[in-house]
Amino acid sequence: MKRKLNTYHAALAPYSIWAVLFILVPLAFIGYYALTDNSFSFTTEHFVRFFTATSSITAEDGTTQEVRTYLLIFLRSVKLAVISTFICLLLGYPMAYIMARAKEQTQKTMMTLIMIPMWMNFLIRTYAWMTILQDTGILNNLLKPLGMGPVHIIGTETAVIIGMVYDYFPYMVLPIYSIMAKMDVRLLEAARDLGCGSFAVLRRVIFPLSMPGVVSGITMVLIPSISTFYISQKLGNGKFFLIGDAIEGQYVANNLHFAAAIAFILMVILLAAMALVKYVTTRYVYGGD
Amino acid sequence: MNKIIELKNISKAFDGETVLDGISLDIYDNEFITLLGPSGCGKTTTLRIIGGFEHPDSGDVVFMGERINDTPPHKRNVNTVFQKYALFPHLNVFENVAFPLREKHVPKKEITEKVNEMLSLVMLSGFAERRVTSLSGGQQQRVAIARALISHPRILLLDEPLGALDLKLRKDMQQELKKIQKSTGITFIFVTHDQEEALSMSDTIVVMSEGKIQQIGTPTDIYNEPVNAFVADFIGESNILDGVMLEDYRVRFAGNTFTCLDAGFGKNEAVDVVVRPEDVDIVPVEQGMLNGTVTSVTFMGVHNEIIVDINGFKWMIQTTESADEGEHIGLKLDPDAIHIMKKSKYSGMFGDYSSFSSELDELSDPGSEAEE
Repeated sequence: MKRKLNTYHAALAPYSIWAVLFILVPLAFIGYYALTDNSFSFTTEHFVRFFTATSSITAEDGTTQEVRTYLLIFLRSVKLAVISTFICLLLGYPMAYIMARAKEQTQKTMMTLIMIPMWMNFLIRTYAWMTILQDTGILNNLLKPLGMGPVHIIGTETAVIIGMVYDYFPYMVLPIYSIMAKMDVRLLEAARDLGCGSFAVLRRVIFPLSMPGVVSGITMVLIPSISTFYISQKLGNGKFFLIGDAIEGQYVANNLHFAAAIAFILMVILLAAMALVKYVTTRYVYGGD
Repeated sequence: MNKIIELKNISKAFDGETVLDGISLDIYDNEFITLLGPSGCGKTTTLRIIGGFEHPDSGDVVFMGERINDTPPHKRNVNTVFQKYALFPHLNVFENVAFPLREKHVPKKEITEKVNEMLSLVMLSGFAERRVTSLSGGQQQRVAIARALISHPRILLLDEPLGALDLKLRKDMQQELKKIQKSTGITFIFVTHDQEEALSMSDTIVVMSEGKIQQIGTPTDIYNEPVNAFVADFIGESNILDGVMLEDYRVRFAGNTFTCLDAGFGKNEAVDVVVRPEDVDIVPVEQGMLNGTVTSVTFMGVHNEIIVDINGFKWMIQTTESADEGEHIGLKLDPDAIHIMKKSKYSGMFGDYSSFSSELDELSDPGSEAEE
């Protein structure tokens, strides 16, 4: 038994070293940078700056407004991420359902089609959306002969949301699909047998049983879309600075300590949000424990 | 009695493979009917057609005089107890049983009353708040039965519901199911491959093989008067021999002529002869109608199971008397021990116990083949 345990520890060692070197140490560094100034003496000024820094915004009617810069950016990130996640869920859930009920060959084909964009570089995908959505882009060129448009999308929140939905859609579909594909068909037959029409089967059996997939899909889309950057710069024409862009910006401007502080705050908030999700699902959602 | 379900000439194929081949069956009100057969015989498909989960390729399903081929499952007054229970894991015992009532928007108070009544019928009072995943197989089984009975269907379909239970629990549940069927007066259509289960529970047994009904009858009919070698072999143990019907009440087989109770066959018609192992008496050799050598004796508790080699055909005999291996014994057959069946495509496929035990012996004994 003891020997077996040693082998187990030996097998675990490379992964432990990996985790310490590339996860724990960097985290410690972020914490350290966040709490120190340029001469590495302790300070909380970055945190104070995050919550209190203000700037003035000039609205389209010419009035200016004082706002808390980083809180505004953060709330905007949350808003766009929530909207994108919701759209992903709305589009992804029926797709996962259809996929799980399709013939095996169709399932494989659909899976491949969902995966193909993931094989392409994220920057290239974003540039592709730029060419599609530009005022003189592919979309407007297609609309013109139909007597519609032109529509102005690039540089709006809509463009940023489209980009995020496109990028994170697979992460919503796949966990829901894998739960649905495993679902016991006899449960659905039992529901029909016990008096449920198609919609009632969906509402009373399929939906509650697929909740674990929905929760993990939401987590997998919401977290990366809150901290996303670049999409907003390219598709939002830089007008919709997100928290990820803020971190990147500070980092590029060599303000490593403030960048670390923003990252640290973001991390704490996301951890708290995940803990809340976990708390709610274990108590009120099937399969959450 | 009133017909409640009529199956009229139903056929069904999956991917070109025929599963049901012209099934016709009448099922009566308040009946406990069992579809019995080996796996792949079409019994579960028949059940699923009655439940509405499969549609027949041809033929009609008639429910109380009305054709219901295209009625979906939730609009049929038929409920199912599924093979592995199919309880909803996200709901507790109470909500599983209440499931059909919630769909019908029954008032809350009435739901509570009915669910409690059902839970006490299946002896699960006090389990209402338990999670179904925390229950034993037997308890899950009862929840499934309560859930299927709560909306008072006219017919309850049971798809091998006892398959996953251990022997003792199986026996108890058999009794209990029979009791529930009697007290509720609901028609039970039960599917099993276990002939003992079928014999002990059913009013009527339907023996199926290869998508066809072989025989319909009461358990005693099926056991005493099997129509062909398949039924004789599938229900209980049988010695099945080639014979010739010399004339009414006279049959020749195993090198001897016997008096029997069967008539109505053609003169010198080739037939299958069934002799049940428990109907054979052991007598001294000089009094025997047939003589043979005992090749194996197995003590089974109530009786001994003796294999006797008579001119190369191995008979199985179940008797409370004893014999020794290698002993030469005589056998006596009374006229009512002999049952004559018409030849069928199953003739010659069953009913010889040569392979019953000795083949295993030969397999494990490398010398035996060389000796022969």
